Formats: sequence, structure tokens, C-alpha cells
Amino acid sequence: MLHLYALVVAASTAVLIFAGGLVTSTGSGLAVPDWPNSYGWFMFTFPLENMVGGIFYEHGHRLIASTVGFLILVMAGVLWRVEPRAWVRRLGFAALAAVIAQGILGGITVLWYLPAPISIAHASLAQIVFCMTTAIAVATAPAWRRSYARAGGVPDDPTLQRVAVATTALIYLQIVIGATMRHTGAGLAIPDFPWAFGRLVPPQWSSQIAVHFAHRVGALTVAVMVLATAGYVLYHHGRRRALARPVLMLVALVCVQITLGALTVLSGKQYIINSLHVVTGGLVLVTSLVLALRAHRARFPLAESHGGTLDSAAIVESTSHGGSAAGVRA
Amino acid sequence: MLSARVSAPPLLVLFLAVGLSACGGGESAPPAPPAPVAPAAKPVDPATAATVTGRITFSGQAPAPRPISMASDPRCINPGAVTETVVTGAAGGLQNVFVYVKDGLGDASFPVPATPVVLDQKGCQYRPHVFGVQVGQPIEILNSDATLHNIHALPMANQGFNVGQALQGLRHTHTFSTKEVMVPFKCDVHRWMNAYVGVLDHPFHAVTKADGSFTLNGLPPGTYTVEAWHESLGTMTQSVTVGAKETKEVAFSFAG
Repeated sequence: MLHLYALVVAASTAVLIFAGGLVTSTGSGLAVPDWPNSYGWFMFTFPLENMVGGIFYEHGHRLIASTVGFLILVMAGVLWRVEPRAWVRRLGFAALAAVIAQGILGGITVLWYLPAPISIAHASLAQIVFCMTTAIAVATAPAWRRSYARAGGVPDDPTLQRVAVATTALIYLQIVIGATMRHTGAGLAIPDFPWAFGRLVPPQWSSQIAVHFAHRVGALTVAVMVLATAGYVLYHHGRRRALARPVLMLVALVCVQITLGALTVLSGKQYIINSLHVVTGGLVLVTSLVLALRAHRARFPLAESHGGTLDSAAIVESTSHGGSAAGVRA
Repeated sequence: MLSARVSAPPLLVLFLAVGLSACGGGESAPPAPPAPVAPAAKPVDPATAATVTGRITFSGQAPAPRPISMASDPRCINPGAVTETVVTGAAGGLQNVFVYVKDGLGDASFPVPATPVVLDQKGCQYRPHVFGVQVGQPIEILNSDATLHNIHALPMANQGFNVGQALQGLRHTHTFSTKEVMVPFKCDVHRWMNAYVGVLDHPFHAVTKADGSFTLNGLPPGTYTVEAWHESLGTMTQSVTVGAKETKEVAFSFAG
């Protein structure tokens, strides 16, 4: 039940990121000039009929953010009460602290007229919140507690662990570059795709062209890294569904994401395509995170139990290429 | 196995304080800095006042005005509203060009009108679309619509502001403290709404009418640089010399 709730919270975080993407993509970030009130109304009493034009996106984003904040608050409270694993409880409170900080950043960026550093921090922290809610969903999954015994098990493979973490970190860096591009108005600094002003490398440079080009180079780098990760996982652990599924999902999402990035440029930043690009970036990130977490499953106690007692499901796993034994279960 | 738990109540209090608080008001404009003290104004002698008049035209094929879709706000009632980026009239006259004396007045100072210039939000469009004020002269921003607007000024030299007007009939007065050509205004609720104000330290400015004509009255005799500014076509300048009680004509032609 807790896992199901955590999944709902993670999904709602994705919805919130999409809503935030719509705010920026429609240029509605300052459509509600005050905060935390909305045109002087208490946020939750703002008349629905007044949600017109840019207010629909900005105030809608605030309402969704409040809902997600409340869901995370409840989740942190429940974890605090029932979760025996200290690191999961701490993760719940970290998610709560992050979403509160995220709300404050959102308010500050409105009151200070969207300064780029604050808006970039707001966009970047949103992805951290998404990672935290996803990590809680992973950690509360019954399959995690069973060490993915029914999904082929997960070996203690240091190479896989390093590759998965590096891929996740690289994707996050790419998202931060994307947020910088987005909040410095550089989304169309290079107006053509796949070329840059008709060439492989831009013939002229400005700070906006540089950050835009960096995002394109970053996309290529992420794609190569994801393919390398997928190749490694499928070659060494192809039969372990707990690893193969997220890595295949990762490859598919990267393909979708690059397509959306191209369409964002070619459509002149059509707001729905642009916002889908933002949320798909988050999905790429958390999918890579799921792979990284599962790759590290063997580093956690072997029979993590939600109820504080050891699971009966016991497996014996070993890596296919020399990793240490991972799962001797009582 | 259970290590130290994080204390929940402080976080709850912080969350409630941030997420559920209800303080603040609908208007969020920071206070404008005080206007600099100007030297004593020297009125122009009416017996010698000169006039610069003229007409501004657009050469080439003017882009056709595009209809504005106001579907995102059903309370915006303005059938037939079109974009005002390039507005041409008879014989190529170019409307909404801000014409002003850019240089030549030296350190002369001029009385600041106490009468406010009204910027009306009507039919979810700004009226006027382009206008001028003097430094220190109030701008009264009026919401004549039965919907919400925010007035978001984006100056470079002056203090920016973003003010919400949730009700019809609300007024907000603002005064700019530094000369600046031009200060854009926009409404983030209705993305098509924009206006431009030229802020000057003298009264010699005008906005071209539908036929492209303009008049700068009451100039002291002298040699001036006159600039014409258009929101999408850029700027053009000319030098003109006027003697006492003289009227000179200048013409500008913007190319499409």
C-alpha cells in the first residue's frame, strides 16, 4: 500500500514538472504577480473562473505544487511512523525539505521577476524532488525487499554500479544545462536542426548560442552513454529483468526525448512539445536512477523488510562476470 | 537498527508556514526610487517657440495585421482585434511611431505636468499602444476590462514592476524616475498585450497618427536631433534647425 502511494506521489511529481514546463513555455511565470497569494486571494480560495490566460498555467502550477507538497508531507509522515529503515525515513524527510525549498524558490522567482539563477535552481531542484520520490517508490517496492528475486535477481557488479551512477549524473547535468538554456531565452538561439546555422558547429558564438550548443552536445553524450550502459546491461545481465527493463525503457525514452528536442526547435518552441520535452527529461533521469538503485541493491541489507522482520524469500545470486555474491538469504 | 529519526514537527510547521500562509497583497510592485532633483524649469518663450512637423511613412508591402485570438479569456470582448506591430494608413502613413527630440536641448529643464497620462486596458488591449511621458509625470494605469490583468513593465534604466489588477475599474499610478526610450509593458495573462512608453526629461515628443503625421510644438529655436522609434522597424534620426516661430517639416520613411 505504501509502495502504491509512493508511486502515486512520484507520478504526481512528474505531472507537476509538466505543469511547470507549461508555465515557462507559455510565458506565464509572472501572470500572477504576488505570492503566496494570487491577486490578493488566499491561494486555495482564488476563484476558478479567474483562471484565464496565463493565470491558468501559473496558478494551476501552484495548486498542483501544493497538492504534491501535501502528498509528500503525508508520505514523510507515514514513513516516519511505519518505516523501519532509517535511510528510507530520512529520504522521506529530505523529499519534504526539498519540496518546501522548491516552493520557496518558486515564490522568490516570481517576486524577483524570474531571475535566471533562481529559475534555473527551481527547475533543477524539481528534478531532485522527482528523483527522491522515485527513490522512495523503488525502496518501498516489494520487489526491492525481495532483492528482485522474481525478476532475475541483481548482482553486486561494481562496473554496472559506476556506469549507472555516471549515466544518471550525466543526465542530470544535461537537464541543468537545458534549464539554463530555457531560462536564459536560448531555446531558439540555434534555429535549425540537426545543423547549427547550416553547419556542424555554429559559425558565430554568443553566450546563448554556446549554452544551446552545449545542450545539443550534451544530448549526444547522454545518448552515447545510455547506449553504452544498455549494451553493458544487456550483454552481462540481459536475463535479469530488474535491470533489462529499466535500461530498455531508458533507451526508448532517450529516443523520444531527442525527437521532442528536435521538434521543440523546429516548431519554434510550441508550448506543449516544449513542456513534454521538460518532463521527458525528468523521466529519462529517474529511469536511469531506478537502474542505478537496483544496481546497488546488493549493497543494502539482504532481506530488507517493511515490517522489520526478514523476508522468507531467499535467493542466491552471483554476477556473470566476477562480481561478488549478492544474495544469501535466511 | 533504527537510528535517529528526523524530528517531524519543525518541518511540518515550516511547510504550513510556506505553503499555506496567506499574507501579502495583490500588488507586488517594489517602491520606486525617489526622482532626482531637477534644476529649476525654464519655460520656453511662446513668442519664439518653433514647430517641427512631418510625416512618417512605410515603404514596401506592409505586413497584414493578424487577428488576435482571445479564446484563452472569454471575458476579453474585442471582436476584430488585430495585431498592432505595423499599422499603416492612407498613402503609407505609419502609425504608432514615437518621435522625439533626442539631442539639442542642452541642460534646459522643463516643467513636469502633474496631469497623469492614462494607459487603459480595454478589450484586452492597451490604449494607447505607444505614448510618451516626462520623468516624474504620473502614469495612471486603468483596468476597464471585466477580467484580470497584470501590468509588467520591463525597463532597463528604471525600476521594473509587476502589478496585478483583479477587478474592473482598478487604477495604479506609477512614475518613472529616469529618461528611457522605450519602456515595454506587457500583460502575462494575455500574451498579445503590449505597449511602449517613451520617458523623457522634456515635453517634445509625439506619436504618429493614423496618417503618419506628427507635430512637436513649442520648441526653443535651435538645432535638434529628432529620432523616430518604431517597435519592430527600429529607429531613424534627422537633424533639423528651427528659428524663432519657424515651422520645419521632416519626413522619415521606414522600409519593410
